[in-house]
Amino acid sequence: MKSDKSLILFNTKMLKEAIRDSVIKLNPLTLWRNPVMLIVEVGAVITTIYSLIELKSGTGHYFSLQVSLWLWFTVLFANFAEALAEIRGKGRAQSLRETQTELTANRQKPDGKYETVSSIQLRKGDTILVKEGEIISGDGDILSGTALVDESAITGESAPVIRESGGDRTSVTGGTRILSGEILVKVTSNPGDTFLDQMIKMVESASRQKTPNEVALEILLIGLTILFLVVIITLPVFAGYMSVKTTITVLISLLVCLMPTTIGGLLPAIGIAGMDRLIQHNVIALSGRAVEAAGDVNVVLLDKTGTITLGNRMADELILAEGISRDTLVESALLSSLPDETPEGRSIVTLCKTEKGIKGKDIRTPRDAAFIAFTPQTRMSGVRIGSRVIMKGSYDAIEEMILASQNRMPDDIHAKADEVARQGDTPLVVADNERVLGIIRLKDIVKQGIKGRLKQLREMGIKSVMITGDNPLTAASIAAEAGLDDFIAQAKPETKLSLIRKYQENGNLVAMIGDGTNDAPALAQADVAVAMNAGTQAAREAANMIDLDSNPTKLLDIVETGKQILITRGALTTFSISNDVAKYFAIIPALFAAQYPELNILNIMHLTNPASAVLSAVIFNALIIPLLIPIALQGVRMKSASASAILKTNLLIYGFGGLLLPFLGIKIIDIFLKLAGLV
Amino acid sequence: MILLEWILFLFLFLGLVFLMGKYMSSVYLGEDTFFTVIGKPLENLIYKTSGINPAEEMNWKQYGLNLVIFNLLGCLVVFLLQVIQGYLPLNPIHAANVHWDLALNTAISFMTNTNWQSYSGESTLTWLVQMLGLTVQNFLSAATGMAAMVAMLRGFTRKETDKIGNFWVDLTRGTVYILIPLSILFSVFLISQGVLQTFHPYQHFYTMENQSQVLPTGPVASQVAIKQLGSNGGGFFGVNSAHPFENPNGLTNIFEMAAILFLPLALVLSFGYMVGNIKQGLAFLISMLVILLLGTGIVWWAEMLGNPLLIKYGIAHGVSMEGVESRFGVLISSFWGLLTTATSNGSVNSMHDSLMPITTLVYMFNMGVGEVVFGGVGVGIIGMLYYALLVMFLAGLMIGRTPEFLGKKLGPREMYLSVIALLVPPILMLIFAAIALMIPSTVGCMNNSSAHGLSELLYAFLSGAGNNGSAFAGLNTNTLYYNFSLGITMFISRFVTILPALAIGGSLAEKKSIPESSATFPTTGILFIAMLIAVVIIMGSLTFFPVFTMGPLLDHLFMIHGKVY
Repeated sequence: MKSDKSLILFNTKMLKEAIRDSVIKLNPLTLWRNPVMLIVEVGAVITTIYSLIELKSGTGHYFSLQVSLWLWFTVLFANFAEALAEIRGKGRAQSLRETQTELTANRQKPDGKYETVSSIQLRKGDTILVKEGEIISGDGDILSGTALVDESAITGESAPVIRESGGDRTSVTGGTRILSGEILVKVTSNPGDTFLDQMIKMVESASRQKTPNEVALEILLIGLTILFLVVIITLPVFAGYMSVKTTITVLISLLVCLMPTTIGGLLPAIGIAGMDRLIQHNVIALSGRAVEAAGDVNVVLLDKTGTITLGNRMADELILAEGISRDTLVESALLSSLPDETPEGRSIVTLCKTEKGIKGKDIRTPRDAAFIAFTPQTRMSGVRIGSRVIMKGSYDAIEEMILASQNRMPDDIHAKADEVARQGDTPLVVADNERVLGIIRLKDIVKQGIKGRLKQLREMGIKSVMITGDNPLTAASIAAEAGLDDFIAQAKPETKLSLIRKYQENGNLVAMIGDGTNDAPALAQADVAVAMNAGTQAAREAANMIDLDSNPTKLLDIVETGKQILITRGALTTFSISNDVAKYFAIIPALFAAQYPELNILNIMHLTNPASAVLSAVIFNALIIPLLIPIALQGVRMKSASASAILKTNLLIYGFGGLLLPFLGIKIIDIFLKLAGLV
Repeated sequence: MILLEWILFLFLFLGLVFLMGKYMSSVYLGEDTFFTVIGKPLENLIYKTSGINPAEEMNWKQYGLNLVIFNLLGCLVVFLLQVIQGYLPLNPIHAANVHWDLALNTAISFMTNTNWQSYSGESTLTWLVQMLGLTVQNFLSAATGMAAMVAMLRGFTRKETDKIGNFWVDLTRGTVYILIPLSILFSVFLISQGVLQTFHPYQHFYTMENQSQVLPTGPVASQVAIKQLGSNGGGFFGVNSAHPFENPNGLTNIFEMAAILFLPLALVLSFGYMVGNIKQGLAFLISMLVILLLGTGIVWWAEMLGNPLLIKYGIAHGVSMEGVESRFGVLISSFWGLLTTATSNGSVNSMHDSLMPITTLVYMFNMGVGEVVFGGVGVGIIGMLYYALLVMFLAGLMIGRTPEFLGKKLGPREMYLSVIALLVPPILMLIFAAIALMIPSTVGCMNNSSAHGLSELLYAFLSGAGNNGSAFAGLNTNTLYYNFSLGITMFISRFVTILPALAIGGSLAEKKSIPESSATFPTTGILFIAMLIAVVIIMGSLTFFPVFTMGPLLDHLFMIHGKVY
């Protein structure tokens, strides 16, 4: 699920910026958003002042100074993680935005004439004219005209797409270029509110809205911080009663080590990086809440067409009517379909060519052939070659035609057509003038790979439901083939809305992807609503995420990203809390063992001396933050497995590992400090 | 043969616990039970005379407000009874009015189900205060705890409503159907074994050494029964269940231990029955049992390890019998201590001050984590639920879903309330204990210095913060500072446990219920149990590591190194 882009954690330019930002972020006015780190900073200030006084009076032995230094580093490392995540996210958004900055637009004045204005001056409701070769300067709906639009700046997809007024393809995105055509566009958002700006906001720490899960976690972290503050503030009193003197430096060291600084420092970065990963999938989320809700989704509604099956049915088999030779049917079917440019028509041609063994050869339509196009009223299509009329269409339509010409349908054809329908496919009856020749079986082709993805969903406990206008038989056959959990056949546009409501009433969280204006109410109702970028403006406004690639299977990536953000937070919180045990074992003996040598049994790491023990714990506590930045930015690796299996793995790595690792880390740092003569 | 008897007893006991669990769940759900014939008319009479409409449901704020007002009134009655007890009847020893600070401390203590006793019942209080004040509060505070639990549970079982039941109904049912009948049965048993229940005046007599002695008397059995059943623990006499008139023989000792455990254990199962998931109740029960057994292992190891100084003086194995009733022995006495600190009961049958330091460390740990190993009636489950919410929060995040428990999503509000409930008591305890050390006169109240003195102090505040009520002995707490600070600690800890529970119940009741799916983390399996135990132990350890190191741990190290002070 990772694209190559994510493999590069940072480059030199990003690094420089991040380092600069991490210093700027030391400003307590900005740091207050992260209370845990703010307290560390206050601690650093106190120990710094304390160590300076020590130095001046000549009593210092650089211990306090070293501790202060590492406390500053703790804050800087946390700031660095946040800055790096911001820069990465902004960089990605900015590169998309650059196309937008120096744009001008032809705005229609009230008198109908046009004026050239900067795109930033555009406001919602303005009408602009965009010509061939120009870049569309703001999101909007096409009022009139048709255009071929290159959306690669947004989607990365090189094939241009058609956008036209009316129907489901009316919306255009700012920053995309018109290759041909001319359109009149009604601007639907102020330039400051375009998707790209939304996206940038999501990766900016200061303007980012915290999600409920994040708020809940912060409450836990602040609670623990207050508890440890009380433990540390009361400690000198208890120690004093036991005739043990405590220094401010050691107390603040212990406090910082106990406070959940690891997760506290990385928390903003995790959230920002999650949004960034979503952007890598070419999905823009309009709120962080929606992304996390995606991790909770238990029902996914999928449209059949375009999501589960390829958009069109394909001819799969020719079935002869009684007494008709295969050649006759093949030839007629081929003739009737040669001028037919629909995908179905082309698939019939391909099938017939295969039957005749002339695959690849270019067969041309007879010059005198006239194509009779499909209309919803006739429900058939075909050709007229002189007096010969070859038609193909639904059973009912052909029967009507045959009966109208005072002819009879062959006896077997009805049963055969029924049989095809029963298997979930569509029968197309072929008739040459008044003679019924046979049936073409049209089959829905399930997209490659969809079965695997649906299986992944099921493993994650998510139920997939297909929605289709097809009859139940067709729907059931496709559902079985693709491995769906459930399907709704003969669905009307309003079926989606009522279905979502029904699932939600039972406590489910529902995700859906939609594109048409019809989908807007359902999108508004769904918990996670992804609108395709190619969809209508109404759909996009009702949704809380936009998929720039207009790829319906993207939902799975969104779910994974949502889960990954939560998992990363949970894993690092567990890690952070488990770490504390080892730090107690380092610092408590250091505090008391001088007075009470009995307590040396707690010094299970056999650290060199009290100063070294305290310093090692503080250094470990600081260094673990940058070491975990890759995990925070890229997310904990996850696979689709049962909840218990995922939890077991994460508990083992981050809980148990978090318990043991600091014992090892502190010991190594202690050895290093001793060798370096720093203590 | 003896082993067989124990096993039989255990099975019988567990069988009764299951029956009781089911019975209580039926009572609170308003279902008919065998006792309905007697209980229902009584229940209705109470509603009628006090003008309660049992069908009227309350939201959590109304429920909480009624609960607090009712408790405060109870507190006021006990307080007033004490300060004017000298003018009231049933005062065989012509006890004077109790001083206000002690009276307030005692009133809060009994209202909060703590039953911390800065006084000695036989020399300070009149029979009237003991019966009308303390015993009544024993019933009501226990029923309050159970009501709070039931109201909280409704949050899990109801959906899209803000109503969590009627406080008066829950209170009445708990008292009428559960506490009163059980207490009557149990006091009759105790009387049969020689526990006093009399208005006969105190007896003067001369011992064989011709010393004059007074034997205190009174309506003891009725108070002992409820003190054990309702996790109260406040003894009729100062030395509590070490007194032969409270706990005359081996049989009463075992039965009183069983009574300490009975309702707290059964309520864990009631919780399971009431949320319609008995497996969840069993998962909690197993988690609690594991913690109890871990503690038992450590305590018995410490007691059998003995004191090297005693070995030096030729005492076999160095097992210390000081402060232990020779009728019961160290193993049973130290086990009693475990039960009483695990369940928030607080009655004692030995002087904890004299037990091995590591034993007292385990006791303090039990109280420090909020008494969630069965815990006080009702509030034990509430406490464990706070931890469970914490566990589910971490577990939920780690599987990539918004945390949920028993079909309810957990959000910032539940986290906020759980964090407050879990952290305020230890924070209060640390602050007040530290302040005590900064007041010279208060430091002087400790019988011992150094590590052991610190243990005495820590124990007192842990007992208050945990609403336990057991005392370490060795600390004179009838001073203004202790009465005041312990009173506040008990008061805040009690309500900071109960009110967030009601608020969580209210908040969860408003939410939809999410169906279980394969993506739901099963909360009845080994993984959940292991996580729950780990979180309880880690939270406790992180909070108390420094003070326990300086107190009981150092005390233990001094002892094995033969150091005295």
